[in-house]
Formats: sequence, structure tokens, C-alpha cells
Amino acid sequence: MTYTALAVAAVVLTVVLDLVVLRTRLLLRRVFWVAYAIVLFFQLISNGVLTGRDVVTYDEGVIVRLRVAYAPVEDLLFGFALVVQSMCWWVHFAATGRRRRPRRHGG
Amino acid sequence: MTYVFVLAGIVLVTLPLGIWTGVYAQWKRLALTLLPVLVVFVAWDVYAIARGHWQFDPAQTTGVRIGSVPLEELLFFVAVPVASVIALEAVRKARGWDYR
Repeated sequence: MTYTALAVAAVVLTVVLDLVVLRTRLLLRRVFWVAYAIVLFFQLISNGVLTGRDVVTYDEGVIVRLRVAYAPVEDLLFGFALVVQSMCWWVHFAATGRRRRPRRHGG
Repeated sequence: MTYVFVLAGIVLVTLPLGIWTGVYAQWKRLALTLLPVLVVFVAWDVYAIARGHWQFDPAQTTGVRIGSVPLEELLFFVAVPVASVIALEAVRKARGWDYR
């Protein structure tokens, strides 16, 4: 499989993990998108260093050759999957093992 | 050592927020979070390295490898999830949004 195919598959599986498997529904929440925007900003800098300075180099045959801040566009999908999966498991492990109390107020 | 400096940057930038949000204090929850993420992304890394999807500059990495995977990559798959969780908790705490 190409990096492109793997990266697209990873995004699809990540969405399924959030919405269907763990039902953390982070992708539907404002707090996630604000946090993700902040992470993305720093990702573009750190990954820009790694790819711009050729710490990591890619086989041009397995990517679409569209680059954002020196990095293959696939890295944005890879990063999305890594960041979202991390947040999902974190939220998931907050909910399990604790008794849920009924909410007194509207929220 | 470029890769190590990038990792150090990620940790240093998020360190004060990690303390402020109490994320580091929840180390058991953090460990549980890292486990499935590490399994998935290290597997992807092993596959990608084996197939030559990407490679690392020996001059800019420590050269320490666990199997085929550079030490920096393993640390990356710890540093980035921790930083992501800290970002989520920092926004939550700053705005009082409670995961919504």
C-alpha cells in the first residue's frame, strides 16, 4: 500500500473509532477543533523542521507529491489520526471505571 | 541530533500546561492512552520503514534503533499523544467547555 492509501484509511478508521467504536464524539465538539487547530500549528513547525532539513525523507513513488510546509500532504492525515486517536483514548479512559452521576443542571 | 531537538521542543512547550492541567498527575490514564496509540503507530512505522516509504538521516538522528525503528520515532509516538492530550485539556480548562 502507498503512504497515500494508508493515510486515507487511517483517517477513516480514526473517525469510526471516535464516532462508532468509543463514541467519544470528539469530532463533533468545539473543544476538540480549537485544540486541534493549536496542535496543527505546532505540527506544521516541528514537521516542517524534520522534512525541510531532510531528517526524514520520503519515497516519491508512494505519495501524491503535494507538499505543505515541506512535508507531504499525507503527513497531515497521519498527524490527524495520531492526534485524534490519542485524544479519543484519553477521553474514553476518563469515562470508564467511574460511576456516572445524573446531571443536576442543564450543563 | 536535529530530531532530538524537535522532540525536546515539543516537551518543553507543553511542560507548563501539562502541570497546569494536571495531565502528568494522571499518569495511569496517560499510560492507558499511550498503549493502543503506540501499538497502531509503531506498527505503521515498522511497515513504512520496511517498505521504504520513509527513511531517516543517520547524521541527524542518534542511530539508536529498536529493531528497525529509530529511538526518536518511539519517543515521537509518546511526545505527540501527550502534547495532544495536554492541548485538549488546556483548551477545556481555559474555556470551561467540558469536552463539548
